[in-house]
Amino acid sequence: MKRRNMLMTLTAALAVSVTQGTAALAQNPVLKIGFVGVTSGPAAAWGISNQRSMETRAAWINETGGYTIGDVTYDIEIVSFDDQKDPKRAIAGMERMAQEGIHYVVGPNVDDGAAAVRPVAEANGIIYFPYAFPKALYTAPASNAVLGMVANYQSGPAIYKYLMEDRGVGTVAFIAANESDPLSQRDSGREAAEALGLEVVSANVTYQVDTTDFTPVLTPVIRTNPDLLVLSGVTPANAPQLIRSARELGFQGLISTETAQDAQVLRESAGDLANGFISVGGASTPEIASDAMNEFVARYTEMFGEYNDESNTKVYALEYILATIAANPAAIDDVEVFKQTIDTFEAPNPYMKGDAMMRYVGVSSFGQRRQIAVPLVVNVFQDGEFETLFVAEVD
Amino acid sequence: MEQVIVNGVYLGSQYAMIALGLTLIFALMNVLNFAHGQMYVIGGFVTYTFYGQFGLPFVLALLMSCVTLAVLGALIEKFLFGPVIRRSAREESTMLLAAGIAFLLDALILLVFGEKQRGVPKIVDGVFNWDFRIIIPYDRVLICVLAILSIVAFISFMQFTRTGRALRAIAQDRVAAELMGVNVNRYSMIGFALGAMLAGLVGGLLVTITGVNLGMGGPTSIKAFMMVMIGGAGVISGAILGGFILGMLEAVGLAVLFQYGDITYLAIFVALMIFLAIRPQGLMGKPWG
Repeated sequence: MKRRNMLMTLTAALAVSVTQGTAALAQNPVLKIGFVGVTSGPAAAWGISNQRSMETRAAWINETGGYTIGDVTYDIEIVSFDDQKDPKRAIAGMERMAQEGIHYVVGPNVDDGAAAVRPVAEANGIIYFPYAFPKALYTAPASNAVLGMVANYQSGPAIYKYLMEDRGVGTVAFIAANESDPLSQRDSGREAAEALGLEVVSANVTYQVDTTDFTPVLTPVIRTNPDLLVLSGVTPANAPQLIRSARELGFQGLISTETAQDAQVLRESAGDLANGFISVGGASTPEIASDAMNEFVARYTEMFGEYNDESNTKVYALEYILATIAANPAAIDDVEVFKQTIDTFEAPNPYMKGDAMMRYVGVSSFGQRRQIAVPLVVNVFQDGEFETLFVAEVD
Repeated sequence: MEQVIVNGVYLGSQYAMIALGLTLIFALMNVLNFAHGQMYVIGGFVTYTFYGQFGLPFVLALLMSCVTLAVLGALIEKFLFGPVIRRSAREESTMLLAAGIAFLLDALILLVFGEKQRGVPKIVDGVFNWDFRIIIPYDRVLICVLAILSIVAFISFMQFTRTGRALRAIAQDRVAAELMGVNVNRYSMIGFALGAMLAGLVGGLLVTITGVNLGMGGPTSIKAFMMVMIGGAGVISGAILGGFILGMLEAVGLAVLFQYGDITYLAIFVALMIFLAIRPQGLMGKPWG
């Protein structure tokens, strides 16, 4: 009897809390934006930084009264799905978004997941923002995917050119995890390096994604003595271990990657050995971060305990979705209108100082505007922090 | 060649320690503990917290990892595995339970420690370099020595203490041990705690080299199962041998096969399949279990 009473009390409490929660949200109509990506397993950091960026921004918007689109002000709700880096689950996630009537989804985080969800997105009128680089996703006849970051075949040549001219780099070695994303990034990086006239001294060495000790893996690479060691598609978890092992093996040259990294992770796991490490970042280095970016970082830190530097890039996707719909409110449930709006959309970039603009790019790489104009910020790690090496733009 | 041997011994010593706890639990309870890798990860995070975050001495942090995992292991045995084993004769019940615990621990690790890779300051600086024929950082040497000492201490404990003798008796024949007056429930709990403690110890040791992150648990469990299968399930010496064999195979494969890409583990898995087809009980296991 006691157990039954307790059950009824719990049910009542739950009902009250749900009602209160709904009432709080019901002040404004709700606009749902989806996220399908990896939030568990070895690559969890990629998806979690996406999800938390969206949740932070949504909470911020809701706290300050909502987001006005046309004549209506909406509260933003983020609907998340962990695809566990599995294409089958990514499809299930995108199907769930379709069932919920969601038309705008951020993710997936990796190549095979982004390719797998394409038919579901196109059949259900969903625009999605992957963090994956295959050009086929963004090149006609494909039209529903918008690249959410700078691709390695855009950032790589810029970095190699800078290092050739500024640091006298002549030889380069590539190392990648034995997975589709890192391998394709290695191949395109190698092509770009060779096109620029760099001598590639090693590009065959790969490692298992769950490798924890890289000394045996790196030994043959370091013996080729390159000027530059490129960690193709490296995860934030593996980057410090690779840097540490390379330096401990006596490597004196430069180390770079075209993926985003986290300063705290590098600081903790590689310390001073990571000094000089070059990576691609976003827009929160002190030199270029706006007040809005600083507030975003503060709110994120308050919500989740600590910030993730990968969110410097991942803060943008939700902002682009909302601003583009606001520019043409009919796009709220019609992605064809959204696609038309993409071609002419322009709005101030709230996260960068100066007069930077948000707009869609990608004409050079994809033949159509299917990429958000995230600033190409190349960082160098020095004494525990990222410093901006140079800033460029992608067309 | 010298470098390959050194890498093999270093990898083998850490692998052997990982496999020890797993095989001990299997020997005592016939449980395939799929959550062993997650216990290793928790051990790494506990050391990270006390040594890396709170600045306590490394040895104390390592001790905290051991204590935390021993308590966690004892609780898991007492409230989860123990009752399930008593109520269900089907082996898959404990396998499903172990898989469930692995998922639960993964979720708890994400909640408590976050998604990021974590690392701690090096405990010893410097690199041993013998004319570029052998290059190994001093901290790896230290961890390798500590791992080997821990293995020796564990074997001594099992051989020369009353508890060790009781655990070996249960591993050999649970019913006979009970008839001889061994409190099998109590010693099963102690054995499970000891196995979990070993996972925590090696996690704490290796966080100084490899760091630790949420995703390391599953792959660690798979490697541990491979070592146990090579050496023979439930045989302590077999787990140690399996660990060193896997470490050496990995070091040789990475040195010899690197120009063909990442095929070292492909070759190891093929060799393991052939080996198990010929000798399914492993090198030191008994065909009858």
